[in-house]
Amino acid sequence: MNIDLTDTTSARINAALVQGRRAVGAAVGMVLTLVIVTDEGNHYDALKAASEASKEHPSRILVVIRRPGRSPRQRASARLDAEVRVGGDIGNGETVLLRLHGELAEHAYSVVLPLLLPDAPVVVWWPADAPAHPARDLLGTLAQRRITDAAAEEDPISALGSRAEVYEPGDTDLAWTRLTPWRSVLASALDQKHPEITSAEVAGEECNPSTELMVQWLAERLSVPVSRVRTEGPGLSAVRLGTAEGAICLDRPDGALATLAVPGQPDRHVALNRRSTAELIAEELRRLDPDEAYAVAMRRGRGRIGAEAARAEPVAAGGRRSRPAPGPEEGAPGAPS
Amino acid sequence: MSDSANTKRATAAAESRFAANPLRNAQDRRLPRIAGPSGLVIFGVTGDLSRKKLMPAVYDLANRGLLPPGFSLVGFARRDWEHEDFAEVVHDSVKQYSRTPFREEVWRQLAEGMRFVPGVFDDDNAFVTLRSTVEQLDKERGTSGNFAFYLSVPPKFFPTVVRQLKKHGLSDGPGDSWRRAVIEKPFGHNLRTAQELNQIVHEVFPPNEVFRIDHYLGKETVQNILALRFANTMFEPIWNRSYVDHVQITMAEDIGIGGRAGYYDGIGSARDVIQNHLLQLLALTAMEEPSSFDADALVTEKLKVLNAVRLPDDLGRHTVRGQYAAGWQGGERVVGYLEEEGIDPASVTDTYAAIKLEVDNRRWAGVPFYLRTGKRLGRRVTEIAVVFQRAPYSPFDATETQELGHNALVIRVQPDEGITVRFGSKVPGTQMEIRDVTMDFAYGESFTESSPEAYERLLLDVLLGDANLFPRHQEVERSWEILDPIEEYWASHGKPAPYASGTWGPTEADEMLARDGRSWRRP
Repeated sequence: MNIDLTDTTSARINAALVQGRRAVGAAVGMVLTLVIVTDEGNHYDALKAASEASKEHPSRILVVIRRPGRSPRQRASARLDAEVRVGGDIGNGETVLLRLHGELAEHAYSVVLPLLLPDAPVVVWWPADAPAHPARDLLGTLAQRRITDAAAEEDPISALGSRAEVYEPGDTDLAWTRLTPWRSVLASALDQKHPEITSAEVAGEECNPSTELMVQWLAERLSVPVSRVRTEGPGLSAVRLGTAEGAICLDRPDGALATLAVPGQPDRHVALNRRSTAELIAEELRRLDPDEAYAVAMRRGRGRIGAEAARAEPVAAGGRRSRPAPGPEEGAPGAPS
Repeated sequence: MSDSANTKRATAAAESRFAANPLRNAQDRRLPRIAGPSGLVIFGVTGDLSRKKLMPAVYDLANRGLLPPGFSLVGFARRDWEHEDFAEVVHDSVKQYSRTPFREEVWRQLAEGMRFVPGVFDDDNAFVTLRSTVEQLDKERGTSGNFAFYLSVPPKFFPTVVRQLKKHGLSDGPGDSWRRAVIEKPFGHNLRTAQELNQIVHEVFPPNEVFRIDHYLGKETVQNILALRFANTMFEPIWNRSYVDHVQITMAEDIGIGGRAGYYDGIGSARDVIQNHLLQLLALTAMEEPSSFDADALVTEKLKVLNAVRLPDDLGRHTVRGQYAAGWQGGERVVGYLEEEGIDPASVTDTYAAIKLEVDNRRWAGVPFYLRTGKRLGRRVTEIAVVFQRAPYSPFDATETQELGHNALVIRVQPDEGITVRFGSKVPGTQMEIRDVTMDFAYGESFTESSPEAYERLLLDVLLGDANLFPRHQEVERSWEILDPIEEYWASHGKPAPYASGTWGPTEADEMLARDGRSWRRP
């Protein structure tokens, strides 16, 4: 059921939500409020991903679409339009599209606050154009969890670098989420008996923030020098852990099927496909407490992530290099990595 | 399982590995548990269970990235198949039944590790081939000698298969690798046969390497019982005889015996369902808090409460069995049990059973637990209803509360998983009138799409060696001890009461509760 409200207020939207829920007869126990802060260009993809994720995490989705306007007259006016969607094929829970016109675009906080579910956790997601300091952003202060996506920014590496500078518990970035399958395969490889690791090498696309995070995470956990190698990708393409008996290597040349090589054992295939944004968001929503592993990687990356990219040279010697491959499409919102 | 349970356990399991694995860290909770290098051998791989549940579960696990790279699947059956034919069969069943979308690269990774060994169970050559297949997989795929043997075969073949495994050196892996046996119910049909079966299996596999599948325990809602009870504060204080009037545990099926006549006749619903599923649900509902969520602590508590279970003195008054008669079920005409194909017209096998049990401990003394199960009942439903006592004093007069029943907390295990709380509320209007309303937590509606199938969870736990969700042999034997006197009583007293298909069982069952001044819930 859809209810359109023009020039409205949060109170009227709340009333519409109750009305919609009654009409549809849906009474789903919603577990969180997800606030998506975006613009007209990005909201469709983001909402689609969030709706899909809401099958796993029934939630109230508030899409904040800022329309500050171009002309002085538009900028001076202020109007709130809302579209309330309850039930139907949008997944579980409820969705409200909020269009903030003119001056109101700067005051999203006042619109969102009355619409949050009582008691339930709040997650804010900026699919692109995240604020410089998410935790200090007014909307960010409402949330337990603030999701950004460095890969969707114009300069992914420096975006990630600046996020490392302002990291606060509750921050998370989809560049980190994309690493989970890689990290779990590597960790399970080391669950088995293995020789001591003496060095590591991470290969990936030039502008891939996930690759940078992998470098920091490995360096932190293994306490060995980690070198960064640039490849054509897609995304992260290989991780090699050097040991005295040869390298433990996880190599994914095509973005789907990877090969795990362990010295003294046959090579094994492992599916490591690049996941959709919906899957990433679903993973993010699974845990709403601060992610300490991410915190550690970010803390170590402080002052390193952007700097290393600026030098455009591997951190340590060794490893093959290929041409730097700038990937503008990597910055597109919702691009899988 | 609840987050906290998972975390605790994962933490405990992970801590032992930290020393060796620098990439693992208790705080890093995104990393899932992935099984170590291993393979799965399925006996009876052409059966329904294997095609509809096991193969899709293997694929879904692989798709979720929870299987180790190099995971291998070996099928064993009496078919003249090549490896490719087997892969084809798995492919079809995965396409048809898997829960997660089909992805070519996941399939490729899995298909590379599929092998088929043709043969019958007493054929030594087949087991020689199986052994060489397993050894070859260790070399080619790096399964490191770790194999689980899933016996998806009728129990009469268990002795042959496990002895063959022993004879051909398959039950002991090289070095510190593991070999595990997975078996399905029925675990015997009384205490004696259960002990015999356990003895046979334990001769070959140590007790901690034998995994008994009770797929109910793999269901999210069943695991959620523990979360509901032990992660919250608001339920546990009233979870005792001071507030609870009685507990009803129901597992109803709308189908008849279908094509299972050979298996079902002579076994009956009590052995088929009460002995395993319902007594396990009772144990989880009634047990005390375990000291941790590892398998030993859980089995300790479950055994403790099962040991406290007492049968009523007069079994004739407090147990009922029934047999479905012809009738209409959900708009379809269906035949009675005795008219089913392959059933002896004089059969006294029960298709419905209801029993009353007491739990003799401080928490539950005097609170009856009513267990019932049946085929061809009103609808398919499994639930645990904790029915509370009425308020000791009501300021409202009798007419005002006429429509108010007992408060109840219902854990809906399937379908439509969730929890319902039933309580009285004022009917809007100028008069004071109080009526039952329900408050719903729709676990099913909200989470089913992504919540894993029971078999996924259980297979993964087998590969990880995590025995939390598997009944141990002590529990199985104790459950038979509870049920055997009832079966013996039934064998020498009367015969099952007939009930029309599509109803909620024989009137005798209603009378059984009426004698206690109670009535069955309509689930």
